[in-house]
Amino acid sequence: MIHSLFLINHLGDIFLEKHWKSVISRSVCDYFFEAREKAVDPENVPPVLQTPHHYLISIYRGKLFFLSVIQTEVPPLFVIEFLHRVADTFQDYFGECSESVISDNLVIVYELLEEMLDNGFPLATESNVLKEMIRPPNILRSVVNTLTGGSNVGETLPQGQLSNIPWRRAGVKYANNEAYFDVTEEIDAIVDKSGTTVSAEIQGVIEACVKLSGMPDLTMSFMNPRLLDDVSFHPCVRFRRWESERVLSFIPPDGNFTLMTYHISSQNLVAIPVYVKQSINFFEAGSCGRLDITIGPKQTMGKTVEDLKVTIHMPKAVLNANLTATQGNYTYDCTTKMLVWDIGKLNPQKLPNLRGSLSMQTGVPNPEENPSLNIDLKIQQLAISGLKVSRLDMYGEKYKPFKGVKYVTKAGKFQVRT
Amino acid sequence: MFSSHRHDDLKEMLDSNKDSLKLEAMKRIVAMIARGKNASDLFPAVVKNVACKNIEVKKLVYVYLVRYAEEQQDLALLSISTFQRGLKDPNQLIRASALRVLSSIRVTIIVPIMMLAIKEAASDMSPYVRKTAAHAIPKLYSLDPEQKDQLIEVIEKLLADKTTLVAGSVVMAFEEVCPERIDLIHKNYRKLCNLLIDVEEWGQVVIINMLTRYARTQFLNPNINESLLEEGGSGDKTFYGSDEDEDEDEEEKEKKAEVAAMAKRKPYVMDPDHRLLLRNTKPLLQSRNAAVVMAVAQLYFHLAPKAEVGVIAKALVRLLRSHSEVQYVVLQNVATMSIKRRGMFEPYLKSFYIRSTDPTQIKVLKLEVLTNLANETNISTILREFQTYIKSMDKDFVAATIQAIGRCATNISEVRDTCLNGLVQLLSNRDELVVAESVVVIKKLLQMQPEKHSDIIKHMAKLTDNIQVPMARASILWLIGEYCEHVPKIAPDVLRKMAKSFTNEEDIVKLQIINLAAKLYLTNSKQTKLLTQYVLNLAKYDQNYDIRDRARFIRQLIVPTEKSGALSKYAKKLFLALKPAPVLESPFKDRDHFQLGSLSHLLNAKAGGYQELPDWPEAAPDPSVRNVEVKESVPEWTKCSSREKRKEKKVEKPFYTDSEGESGPTESADSESDSATGSESSSGSEESGSGSESEESKEASESEEEEEEEEEEEKKKKKKDLKKPVQESESEQSSEEEERKHQRKSKPRKSESESESDEDEESESESSQSESEDSESEAEVKKKKKPAESKPPPKPVKKESKKEKKEMSLLDLDDFEPAPSPQVTPVNTFLSNSLVTDLEGLSLSDSVLSPATIAPSSTLKSYELLHRITGEGLSVEYCFSRQPFSPDANMVAVQMQFTNNASSDTKNLHIEDVKLQSGMRVKEFPEIELLPAGETATAVMGIDFCDSTQAANFQLCTHTRKFFVSIQPPVGELMRPVFLTENEFKKEQGQLMGMNEITEKLTLDVKCRNEHTIVQRVTTAANLSRVPCGSDKECRFAGRTVTSGSLVLVTVATKEEGAAQLTVNCEKMVIGTMLVKDILQALTQ
Repeated sequence: MIHSLFLINHLGDIFLEKHWKSVISRSVCDYFFEAREKAVDPENVPPVLQTPHHYLISIYRGKLFFLSVIQTEVPPLFVIEFLHRVADTFQDYFGECSESVISDNLVIVYELLEEMLDNGFPLATESNVLKEMIRPPNILRSVVNTLTGGSNVGETLPQGQLSNIPWRRAGVKYANNEAYFDVTEEIDAIVDKSGTTVSAEIQGVIEACVKLSGMPDLTMSFMNPRLLDDVSFHPCVRFRRWESERVLSFIPPDGNFTLMTYHISSQNLVAIPVYVKQSINFFEAGSCGRLDITIGPKQTMGKTVEDLKVTIHMPKAVLNANLTATQGNYTYDCTTKMLVWDIGKLNPQKLPNLRGSLSMQTGVPNPEENPSLNIDLKIQQLAISGLKVSRLDMYGEKYKPFKGVKYVTKAGKFQVRT
Repeated sequence: MFSSHRHDDLKEMLDSNKDSLKLEAMKRIVAMIARGKNASDLFPAVVKNVACKNIEVKKLVYVYLVRYAEEQQDLALLSISTFQRGLKDPNQLIRASALRVLSSIRVTIIVPIMMLAIKEAASDMSPYVRKTAAHAIPKLYSLDPEQKDQLIEVIEKLLADKTTLVAGSVVMAFEEVCPERIDLIHKNYRKLCNLLIDVEEWGQVVIINMLTRYARTQFLNPNINESLLEEGGSGDKTFYGSDEDEDEDEEEKEKKAEVAAMAKRKPYVMDPDHRLLLRNTKPLLQSRNAAVVMAVAQLYFHLAPKAEVGVIAKALVRLLRSHSEVQYVVLQNVATMSIKRRGMFEPYLKSFYIRSTDPTQIKVLKLEVLTNLANETNISTILREFQTYIKSMDKDFVAATIQAIGRCATNISEVRDTCLNGLVQLLSNRDELVVAESVVVIKKLLQMQPEKHSDIIKHMAKLTDNIQVPMARASILWLIGEYCEHVPKIAPDVLRKMAKSFTNEEDIVKLQIINLAAKLYLTNSKQTKLLTQYVLNLAKYDQNYDIRDRARFIRQLIVPTEKSGALSKYAKKLFLALKPAPVLESPFKDRDHFQLGSLSHLLNAKAGGYQELPDWPEAAPDPSVRNVEVKESVPEWTKCSSREKRKEKKVEKPFYTDSEGESGPTESADSESDSATGSESSSGSEESGSGSESEESKEASESEEEEEEEEEEEKKKKKKDLKKPVQESESEQSSEEEERKHQRKSKPRKSESESESDEDEESESESSQSESEDSESEAEVKKKKKPAESKPPPKPVKKESKKEKKEMSLLDLDDFEPAPSPQVTPVNTFLSNSLVTDLEGLSLSDSVLSPATIAPSSTLKSYELLHRITGEGLSVEYCFSRQPFSPDANMVAVQMQFTNNASSDTKNLHIEDVKLQSGMRVKEFPEIELLPAGETATAVMGIDFCDSTQAANFQLCTHTRKFFVSIQPPVGELMRPVFLTENEFKKEQGQLMGMNEITEKLTLDVKCRNEHTIVQRVTTAANLSRVPCGSDKECRFAGRTVTSGSLVLVTVATKEEGAAQLTVNCEKMVIGTMLVKDILQALTQ
């Protein structure tokens, strides 16, 4: 399956290579570099490339390319999903997935890769299992290790792979038993020039941070489970239980994990929390343009909209922006052509407004298209879909855990066309 | 050289004695490897450390070895023996890792060693080792393909494995080594379907893909009727040209033939196995893993009846929110699917709307999908969307949008004019690329109805002045040439202009200029003759040979000379023939002959190792090949004697062994699901004619050993107990119960009472029910560890009337017991306690049990505490009742029997002045106030011996005297029986090796050569319970020490002529040693 992996930074340097079968020369990456060159944008590099003897499947994460070399037929998603899992594991281990952090922990990374694949086929990808075999670094331990010559490799042999619940290690113990759940919903929307909603969907995810001793068996039920008709679960969730009773029943992994994601499609009515009034005009004469944006609350369910931010990718011809904001700050980056207006809290009494002029390059025809506005926002203590957790029960253990559920609504890919 | 010096430094560190230095060196070396630097010259220094004790150093050495062994084969051989040793390690993880590294070393010489190791590991007890064996198979295969035949044998063996851990890996091996051997799957098909949900996600992908292919060879096309209709429909839609008429006719004929053939065919009924696959994969659409979702989606696309395919759309649309690479792949597949099954994605149209922030490649793919989804009803919304896209800053995307508009226009005639007008407006766009693309598309559109659009052609003719994009210029020229009759005035003028700029044009434009010239010459030679001559002359001396050739060819063809004979007459026909309009097709059309989700599909080219998706068979192959044989092996199981045979059994039926222990709760999570499917089956059978489940149950009722039935049953049970924390052990017990039951049934028993035989005749369904009940209740008994006192076991009480008969049989067994001995209180409890043990022995034995052999009285040995002479008439005996001491579970119950042989009453019998070793405790018996002369009384006291054989000293007081007495327990009484399955036993035993294992050879007493005597003697010597065992050469017993709960495992393996081997595994070595002595004595006396 997966033959080799190369990690490539944004400059095109290969800074890590790992082969699970015979060694493949890194010159195979030249085909990739060629495609990378052609694509201009790193996001536009085709994830799957064909070379005379190999196939290259790559992902782009955190300004790094994870490039895998394949020799025979394999479902591309299999590889892509695996590579993302590798990146997730690095993130989990080191807090971020960047070149510097990987270079600093080269040996751990290499050991991880060794454990995750055997002969190119995934072996251990559950972070709970991996952490039993290879302990993530932390400052205290690295200090102790340098003093005592200790190691990061688990002394005991991992049992996780052998356990009947591969995602949870045995013998977990906490002084404080707690289980927190974050329900985060992101609104993906396209709003028309005129303010009508072209499409709107909600992407929800329930992230969990469970620190419970022993083998707890949790059951989460919802006030309105009917909302959830398109879901995906962590493998720990008992699907049939969901099918029949609409409750989430599971033995959780230890630590942080994504319990479920759900999707509320555009066929349902999705509340749009803010409206945007905008006009962006470019004038033929005088090579300048005008911009005027006002944002107001629409359906916020009585909550405050926070962290409001507008990002506009201006046409190339816009040289500079001379604007005044009634609230918050704006910045314009001349090289990337990004106008960012950071508003903060939305005050319904005094609507934030940004207006002013744009100076344009002379001698260049005016752009015929208006740039679209990308909105970022956050609403605390609200799941815009109306989803609510009604209760969380624990079976199998005697103690009483702390439980908590937090709701947040965010703007996902929220775009206003102009 | 500096580098070589640095390596010297590393070598030195590796040779040192300090692990920390070695580790540091290895870390630096591995970092070198990771960066792609050459570290091969360190091989000798590194390989020396392969046997290093430090686990991290060892791991890194392995990493190094795997990387460089191939290059330094001779040196690598030095390490082999270490791995071979590792393969024999009692720890399964070490065995697995040894096999893993051994098989990763790509050294051809060790192929035989690898082969051997793989074969061995394939029948290993631990499923984890077997999984590693499955992983090693493709490694060996790639090293030496000649091993294929042998490897297939191993694969076949592992395919039969029933643990979820192994399933994914072995199917992977199957796909790499012998994907053509579809016959190996038959017997495992249903099992794979049923296990699927429990397999880890990567294995799921591989299994689903394989099963898709399998299903295509074994089942009938569920869409056999619809696919014909559909083809007819699409045929009408796509063929515009007249040329296709003939083909169509042919197709028509074919269709008729097929329809006729169909009429003869029976109405389609879905194979229940086909249904099983669809049903069991569907929940996986909810997987978090995009690859799994995609795998299920392609399975449904390729295998499901049309009406059911729709379910995958929602899941695929959900994936669109994932990483852009995932989107990319998913959209490619959606694009292919949306051509065949447009309706499926129509409700999700808006999910494919494009955002300005999407990467271009995603935008283009979404556009493709939107175009495929366009129809008469939604075209207006789609076109409105397209309008916004055309204004995008991303010009590649705009070009793609224009293409898309063109395709919509060709496919939906209603909007053709609107589209054309829109495109014409784009011709005045400021961006040249947009204009050029529009020209190309307009050209294609105009070809459909040129006569109506001479205006547009004129408009385009004007554009030649401005447009520089070669493709667009070429298109305009072609258009003018083709329809020069519609624009008779303009055409020659265009040619004039072109002739002027001919030398500066691109090649494709030049070719079109020649083309235009030729056409004009044929239609309007008066005006254009000279121009044509001029152009042809220019072309004659062009740098490009293509153009020179073309010019020469055309000159000969159109300009009449003496030589040019026959052909020139037809020049007009050749050039101005009516040309079929181009069909604007999706590049994804017909891609579905590749299995969706595959690399080959994505690249639209066959990738190496791609397995074609076979066409549906005309007639379904024999479905009975998938039937798993009725297991006659069950009765055999008990008789099965040779060790080898037993091993085989283990692999065949890990249902009893491994899957139980390994995947309890996981299974229970889904067992639920399975049982739910079971209940669904009735509805499923409605639509498919006959649901698999119902059929299965029928089968099962005919032959009780049918395994599905068992599984089902067990799962049902588990569902019931889902919330109980001890489900695992419970289910195990129940499976054991079942086992036992089967065995009992399959064996005639002479001494059976009538009620027993009655029960045998009872209908299966009933008995299976009662089985579950009874196992449950029995489990309860065990769990509570509190057998009801002075009462028969509680089972019958709970039974419904229906089951009474069955219970009778159990009660009958009680009747076999001898009459209660004087110790009234403990006897019954003892019976109920040992009943399980005895039943175990009963069921596993071939011979008939005589009631005497299980007489418990012989097992309860009395010891004297106080002789009646020293006790002045009071005599006290004690025995270990082997009954849990209810006030304190850590105490051993000691049953005392006081007999007053004196002539006077004894009063106030009690204990005083207890002297104990530290840690030991005593729970005194309640004072006996009066023991009349000649009477007997019993009392129970509890002593916590702290797992030692130290005596408990105390004074026994009467109202007149005090006697110093002491109780010293035999080691066998310091434990209580525990109930283990064979599998658990092995597992536990595996963990108690080395120091904790004591083995002793012995020769059995002549009277003690049959199994029952052994069982009896061992259980007499020690308070252990029998563990079921597949071989009659081995007896196994298990218990736990009373205080610390340490496991005590005893195995007696018999050989010829009374030779035997006794093995005791116990964490407490002292107890182990003493127990060995005691048992030895018991068996050899």
